[in-house]
Amino acid sequence: MGIDLALLWAVIILFGILMYVIMDGFDLGIGILFPFMPDAGDRDVMMNTVAPVWDGNETWLVLGGAGLLAAFPLAYAVILHAFMLPLIFMLLGLIFRGVAFEFRFKAEPHKRHWWDKAFIFGSFCATFFQGVVLGAYMDGLTVVDRSYVGGVLDWITPFSIFTGLGLLVAYALLGCTWLIFKTEGLLYDRMRSLARPLTLVLLAIIVVISIWTPLAHQAIADRWFSFPNLIWFAPVPVLVALAAYYLLRFLEQKPHAGPFLLTLVLIFLGYSGLGISIWPNIIPPDISIWEASGPPQSQGFALVGALLIVPFILMYTAWSYYVFRGKVRHGEGYH
Amino acid sequence: MDLDALMLSRIQFGFTISFHIIFPAITIGLASYLAVLEACWLRTSNTVYRDLYHFWVKVFAVNFGMGVVSGVVMAYQFGTNWSHFSDFAGSITGPLLAYEVLTAFFLEAGFLGVMLFGWKRVGPGLHFFSTVMVALGTLISATWILASNSWMHTPQGYEIINNQVVPVDWLAVIFNPSFPYRLVHMTLAAYLATALMVAASAGWHLLRGNDNPAVRKMLSMAMWMLLLVAPLQAVVGDFHGLNTLKHQPAKISAIEGHWENKPGEAVPLTLIGWPDMEQERTRFAVDIPHLGSLILTHSWNGQFQGLKEFAPEDRPNSTVVFWTFRIMVGLGLLMITLGLWGAWARWRGVLYRQRGLHRFALAMGASGLVALLAGWYTTEIGRQPWIIHGLMRTADAVTPHSAAEVGLALVLFIVVYFILFGAGIVYILRLIRTGPQSHEPQEGGPGEPRTPARPISAADEHKGPSNDTARG
Ligand code: HDD
Ligand code: HEM
Ligand code: HEM
Repeated sequence: MGIDLALLWAVIILFGILMYVIMDGFDLGIGILFPFMPDAGDRDVMMNTVAPVWDGNETWLVLGGAGLLAAFPLAYAVILHAFMLPLIFMLLGLIFRGVAFEFRFKAEPHKRHWWDKAFIFGSFCATFFQGVVLGAYMDGLTVVDRSYVGGVLDWITPFSIFTGLGLLVAYALLGCTWLIFKTEGLLYDRMRSLARPLTLVLLAIIVVISIWTPLAHQAIADRWFSFPNLIWFAPVPVLVALAAYYLLRFLEQKPHAGPFLLTLVLIFLGYSGLGISIWPNIIPPDISIWEASGPPQSQGFALVGALLIVPFILMYTAWSYYVFRGKVRHGEGYH
Repeated sequence: MDLDALMLSRIQFGFTISFHIIFPAITIGLASYLAVLEACWLRTSNTVYRDLYHFWVKVFAVNFGMGVVSGVVMAYQFGTNWSHFSDFAGSITGPLLAYEVLTAFFLEAGFLGVMLFGWKRVGPGLHFFSTVMVALGTLISATWILASNSWMHTPQGYEIINNQVVPVDWLAVIFNPSFPYRLVHMTLAAYLATALMVAASAGWHLLRGNDNPAVRKMLSMAMWMLLLVAPLQAVVGDFHGLNTLKHQPAKISAIEGHWENKPGEAVPLTLIGWPDMEQERTRFAVDIPHLGSLILTHSWNGQFQGLKEFAPEDRPNSTVVFWTFRIMVGLGLLMITLGLWGAWARWRGVLYRQRGLHRFALAMGASGLVALLAGWYTTEIGRQPWIIHGLMRTADAVTPHSAAEVGLALVLFIVVYFILFGAGIVYILRLIRTGPQSHEPQEGGPGEPRTPARPISAADEHKGPSNDTARG
């Protein structure tokens, strides 16, 4: 076979999920930071920094799901079956969060706090359950005869709860540094002082997950500590340390885009660490991307579209961010 | 009928998609309407068009948000509730959904920000372009999802290998026999539903004496739309039915409550009645002789299959689809009436004064959405017991969950949907009640990219005091 379609699709889906984590990550992070900023004016500004783009950010999640269904129907069927409940909790969270964008400004002023609460609840709920699904996914799924046979609540493990909490911190830091980038004045100062503890906590979480993952998952441990892999891996912790160091350094000056970009690097490194742990399986612990592949006719057909269209998507998405560039200010009139 | 995981999953799917489809239908219609309004504004510089744009774009924003979040749920439900279906046929529905995401959802989302918040950030040309891209995105979206849905009604272009569907001819898959009819019928339904909403809003304001050029323009535009599209919809529906007769005859027998043919005798049209699945006959039938033959075979004495010719386990529920179909067609006829009345009033020069007409328009405000839902129930329930017609039964498609698990999810969906989307619908009605305002862009103006970012709910109605509490 000429092209390895399954491989290409795995890369596209990984890319889509990474885009999702980064982009919806800072949206959700803003909801997670809402409780720290009780002032209504500040909250307006915070929401306004993402209102024009959140829908596009969430679309990467839909792409992840659709891509999985198109290229690896078996994986889609098994994973969504196993994680139905946490995924539905996540979806409901996204609903609360999504409607709050419009409803908040529609409500009578004295009822607005309800939609603030919906926004906070939705952001926490969506993020936490995303993290839980991630952890449960790393834990692996029991599959017999193309069907998930594990229990209804198998996704609740200490590890998955921990990854759920970890993701809350990661998104909070993304949101925090995004606001450093997009705001000024008091809000900016608050975020700058919040970023430091958040970074430290996130580092601690990365360390714990790095130790816990191989301890709890024998297969992953074997993979990490076998010979050539070790060399591939070695740079990851070093890069994490470097990124964190510069991030903290930046925060001492009067930064703008810097902390956000470095947080992206941190997230990317963490994500690639998880990716390397599972590769090339798509249903851990032992179903590979090739075994879960749909027919090549499907993968090939969808691939043409993905390769042709994704560059355009990236272009006009970038344009839309460009249109809304610059700091968002307080009290800027709403029409 | 017991509430096992299968039944609960069906209820859940029907419930969530019924909510979902309401929002896209209005999105599709309003996006095109907004594009037309902005084009008129750019061409004529008549501020009525601009004011109408700013009015409806707020409704659009609230509606769009609800469409997106309810849609994301749909994309995941195939796996959570229909995993065997996904494993079996994901090779077809997956790529179609992927194309929908790539060509439509990203396009809408990418240009939506500029459309809603960019009025003063980009030039008028670029803003118009963004509106058109969003409108185009909604239509592309409908095309892909209806290709996928139609394939489930009239599958072709595939082979079954190792108990899985393998597409062999993508053009045949996409342009399956029922697709063109369903696409046109559904798109027109979205336009009609929107036009009826616009007409009802105008009627409401006129009845309250809130008579201004913007309200008049709304009524006039909506009435033209109804006059042209409502009859067209009936014609398209007729062709759609003939197509269904060819490919899903059991569905048509169920829709008509037609049980058996007598040799050489024409099929009547049963206007109303109660198809009884147990007794295998239609009780209390009010028949018009020959009309059934005439409509479905376009001949005086033609026959088509009766339900008894299908094995009992292959029959869709005639009681339900008989009535949903009649609701749809009945409302369709009322829409045609409304369109004609509007034309007559216009011709007589009393379009903006005839209170009876305005009341009728107001009463018909939600009828487009009701007809649209009734149509979908007819199509989908008429396909049962198949999930993919002739290929896979719904009972074999469901994820093997416990009833408790699906029940919990269903209850959560019901509670959350009613509260959140209920609130959204109230907000939309409130926006409509406010009516179009004369809207002068304050500072800035089109083409001044340096104006600061606005914000940022497109549907901001209250300039709440909180906005002014700007501190340092
Ligand atoms: C791409 C697929 C697709 C699309 C676009 C739609 N449906 Fe559908 N529908 C299904 C795929 C499907 C299905 C997966 O095939 C279901 C699930 C269970 C079933 O029986 O068929 C179904 C069932 C189903 C049921 C329950 C029928 C029953 O169980 O007896 C209802 C009421 C609807 N649908 C309504 C709708 C509405 C209002 C739609 C408008 C958007 C719609 N469907 C679009
Ligand atoms: C079961 C089938 C369906 C699925 C899985 C589905 C999925 C989705 C998803 C995931 C979204 C959100 C996309 C975003 O993030 O922007 C969405 C929105 C949309 N859907 Fe559906 N959908 C279904 C049925 C339909 C049907 C039948 C139509 C129209 C004929 C339709 C038209 C739209 C449109 C126009 C939007 C975007 C506008 C809006 O959000 O209101 N969908 N859908
Ligand atoms: C007035 C005469 C009408 C006729 C004769 C007609 C005919 C039909 C038929 C036969 C179907 C079933 C297709 C199938 O068998 O799968 C259908 C479905 C449907 N109808 Fe109608 N219809 C009419 C009016 C309307 C109106 C006014 C609306 C909404 C505003 C509407 C919306 C729909 C929708 C959304 C569907 C499901 C999607 C589809 O299969 O196209 N119809 N119609």
